[in-house]
Amino acid sequence: MNILISNGRVVDPANRTDAVCNVYVAGGKIVALGQAPDGFKAERTIDASGLVVAPGFIDLAARLREPGFEYRATLESEMDAAMAGGVTSLAIPPDTDPVLDEPGLVEMLTYRAKKLNRAHIYPVGALTIGLKGERLSEMAELVEAGCVAFSQANVPVVDNAVLMRALQYAATFDFRVWLQPLAPFLSRVGHAHDGEVATRLGLSGIPVAAETVALFTYLELARMTGARLHITRLSSAAGLALIDQARADGMDVTCDVSINHVHLCDMDIGYFDPNCHLIPPLRSQRDREALARGLAEGRINALCSDHTPVDDDGKQTPFSESEPGATGLELLMPLTLKWADSAGLALMDGLARITSEAAKIVGITKAGHLSVGARADVCVFDPAMHVTVTREGLKSQGKNTPFLGMELPGKVRYTLVEGQVMFEG
Amino acid sequence: MRHPQLNKHGELQHLLTLDGLPRDILTAILDTAAPFTEVAEREVKKLPLLRGKSVFNLFFENSTRTRTTFEIAAKRLSADVVNLNINTSSAAKGESLLDTVDNLCAMHADMFVVRHAASGAPMMIAQHLHNTGRDHIRVVNAGDGRHAHPTQGLLDMYTIRHFKHDFSNLTVAIVGDVLHSRVARSQIAALTTLGVPEVRVIGPRTLLPTAVEKLGVRVFHDMREGLKGVDVVMMLRLQNERMNGALLPTPQEYYKIWGLTAEKLALAKPDAIVMHPGPMNRGVEIDSAVADGAQAVILPQVTFGIAVRMAVMSMLGSH
Repeated sequence: MNILISNGRVVDPANRTDAVCNVYVAGGKIVALGQAPDGFKAERTIDASGLVVAPGFIDLAARLREPGFEYRATLESEMDAAMAGGVTSLAIPPDTDPVLDEPGLVEMLTYRAKKLNRAHIYPVGALTIGLKGERLSEMAELVEAGCVAFSQANVPVVDNAVLMRALQYAATFDFRVWLQPLAPFLSRVGHAHDGEVATRLGLSGIPVAAETVALFTYLELARMTGARLHITRLSSAAGLALIDQARADGMDVTCDVSINHVHLCDMDIGYFDPNCHLIPPLRSQRDREALARGLAEGRINALCSDHTPVDDDGKQTPFSESEPGATGLELLMPLTLKWADSAGLALMDGLARITSEAAKIVGITKAGHLSVGARADVCVFDPAMHVTVTREGLKSQGKNTPFLGMELPGKVRYTLVEGQVMFEG
Repeated sequence: MRHPQLNKHGELQHLLTLDGLPRDILTAILDTAAPFTEVAEREVKKLPLLRGKSVFNLFFENSTRTRTTFEIAAKRLSADVVNLNINTSSAAKGESLLDTVDNLCAMHADMFVVRHAASGAPMMIAQHLHNTGRDHIRVVNAGDGRHAHPTQGLLDMYTIRHFKHDFSNLTVAIVGDVLHSRVARSQIAALTTLGVPEVRVIGPRTLLPTAVEKLGVRVFHDMREGLKGVDVVMMLRLQNERMNGALLPTPQEYYKIWGLTAEKLALAKPDAIVMHPGPMNRGVEIDSAVADGAQAVILPQVTFGIAVRMAVMSMLGSH
């Protein structure tokens, strides 16, 4: 279908574009900006006056809960959530059940997602079989099946000799390895940041060292093996400082942070709000500020939702017994706008963290930008409209988010995937 | 955010924690407890204040002592008491905490006395009752995880007031496993609220929580230094499972360095009192000579505990 998106403010960080102009879509691609191509006849015109036209968002971590956790969410429910959030490309962590460690499984998931015909999925394969940290997965086969990188999700490898071999093997093929900095034992001793709030509430604490100790190890092993390392879900100022140091030493390493950790800190746990039970834990106000600033300065490359839908049974229990995680796909753009606004960033620089920069980490070239010839994954949103986050308003099956009841900027009006309007709001 | 234990008029609706509890409410509970100490001395040890009310002792964690004191307190107020040891019934069958609560609400409970191994469980129950329009049901926290044990904290304050009369010129030392202790957190909250000028915690670094000084205490690792000139020594119980492992090497070494002996107690003021929430590990955190000595007020603590729990229950039940 030929679609004209007219008079919108086109914000395309990859091309450093921020201007009002028409966007022409045909055959699933962007065919022109500004002037209509010869003979273009719009079958549908979307009036984007007063709205922002941006590349569809790319989320570095969206748990869709299939296979294995369908009682928490399904591919279908979470794809709806992605569309409602303007998120058109999703990197899927391997911590499903069974784990994404087999090419057949990855193919199946990709096939199921394709059939739903909504967001594009980019599976991240398990670095080790069953995420057990013992045997390497068939990385080459998994890449053939569609995996874009390898990770342990939030299950750290205990044996550093295995981790070293896994990084060496991945480096053989120049595959990307995404590691979440969690030291195996230190990260499991508690449920909240080891600080004043945890002490007051009597929650067992996870020290910042759980992150820094893991980072020392990962950075050193990556340096030694030459693996392409991406660090996921930073939580602390000290962790970010280690990444800065590694870069200063000439290392090529990227990192991301979740929407929760740039907006919230341990104080937000309040009176034991289980929605604030997350991995890694929400750390101090000082850490939150350092992460928000690091993201603004580009020292943190991308922002992600770390979407983890949890059913009510998993959250309606005391804090320490609750399932960690928060739903986030539909909040990715609003919370990006909110962060960019408070950081004093131009809209384009804010959106870069969930479009062009995220695309580089996943290795997506045909999306994440609005160049002529690009896949027509587009989000048209109203940046001035504020929406209150409610359980009823969320399409995701997971209603668990610390942002419930908050009013956030940005309302998605249209989501296009490969030139088709998949969502209108 | 409104504290879940106060209603919109700032009155006590539940007793969940002493952290953030206003001083006037805290003092009112102690004042209310005073006449109840006499009830136990009467021939008929009963008052009709909770007649017709059903109190459910909801214990998700074993505790004979605390459960018994709550049971006695409720019975002396003429309430009907039901004891439930959940770890041996529903929870073992997979029923969720809130399902259990909903079922007991359907049996017309008026008050829950809750003990749970997870910090925040009683607060979650109170919030659930509020969210489901059952604000008339009261919750008393009988100890949750490491978070709070407010009636223990209150009975300790009652005991201190009984023996020392005035909080405003005291130095109080809390000794031992503060990290895992809900009792210590409630004591610290109450002591600082009541205006005790110096509260000390004494113990090895492994047993003191991170940033404990932010709770308003002075930190000592050397017990002799920490006991110097104190008016009150509050010992904490050291759980068996903490004694051998990564937190402490052996109970013997612990006793040698942090066990309360007559020799160490001599560093405190001559009229210092010694308290312990029980049950004691004699020869681990406290020497028998001290536990049974003239300065120990450990048994009066137990007696006052019943009066304080009667005060809390009658105040909550009369709204």
